[in-house]
Amino acid sequence: MLTADDKKLILQIWEKVLGHQEDFGAEALERMFATYPQTKTYFPHFDLQHGSAQVKGHGKKVAAALVEAANHIDDIAGALSKLSDLHAQKLRVDPVNFKLLGQCFLVVVAIHHPSVLTPEVHASLDKFLCAVGNVLTAKYR
Amino acid sequence: MVHWTAEEKQLITSLWGKVNVEECGAEALARLLIVYPWTQRFFDNFGNLSSPTAIIGNPKVRAHGKKVLTSFGEAVKNLENLKATYAKLSELHCEKLHVDPENFRLLGDILIIVLAAHFTKDFTPACQATWQKLVGVVAHALAYKYH
Repeated sequence: MLTADDKKLILQIWEKVLGHQEDFGAEALERMFATYPQTKTYFPHFDLQHGSAQVKGHGKKVAAALVEAANHIDDIAGALSKLSDLHAQKLRVDPVNFKLLGQCFLVVVAIHHPSVLTPEVHASLDKFLCAVGNVLTAKYR
Repeated sequence: MVHWTAEEKQLITSLWGKVNVEECGAEALARLLIVYPWTQRFFDNFGNLSSPTAIIGNPKVRAHGKKVLTSFGEAVKNLENLKATYAKLSELHCEKLHVDPENFRLLGDILIIVLAAHFTKDFTPACQATWQKLVGVVAHALAYKYH
């Protein structure tokens, strides 16, 4: 459950991410593919080499969704409702993978903003990413 | 038996050589207790864990973090033989400490974040992949003797 303090910390870190969110999204994906090769099975149609335009484009989409969620932090389910439908009906990405991408996103934030990722911010951001994952898989069954 | 490429071994030992085990261990354990507060269940006798500040400043947390990461150093020295290296610790965590092995995975994930924050751009995707593999294999070895 996201508390008022969580929301404050999330918006704080988001200020640092804004402006770089597309790069962060792409880097998180690249790291996910390198660290958890099984995640590549969802992208057989992509060029997954370093610098791939497709990965950049997809990172931009993922980042945009996270920004949308952060901007509607009191109603993430509402904000991501269409994306939730898409994942349930068409994409059907196994729920375990959202944690893996979340971990990589945290790594990217840690690398680019180590001093901002205090333990409290880390906790709140982890909760936020879990909440987003839960919303995206909520309609699976 | 886990297979390590020459590159993976290089990435592990070169990074480990630059890790301050005491600081890194303390931070990793503190973050585990803060980010996943239910993990505090194992540390009733550690005193004040009532806030992130209390946890970070808690001397028992620091000491135990150092102990845990020092033990991790044994993994780095025995990459070809992790199950044997952790056999006794695995039995201890099962029979005496009663720790759900999921907690080893949580701590592993936290350690990755701590390393990322510390080494920033040097923590390349290849480095992250290798170290995520290592923490996974250590977690597996620690769970191996569970019954």
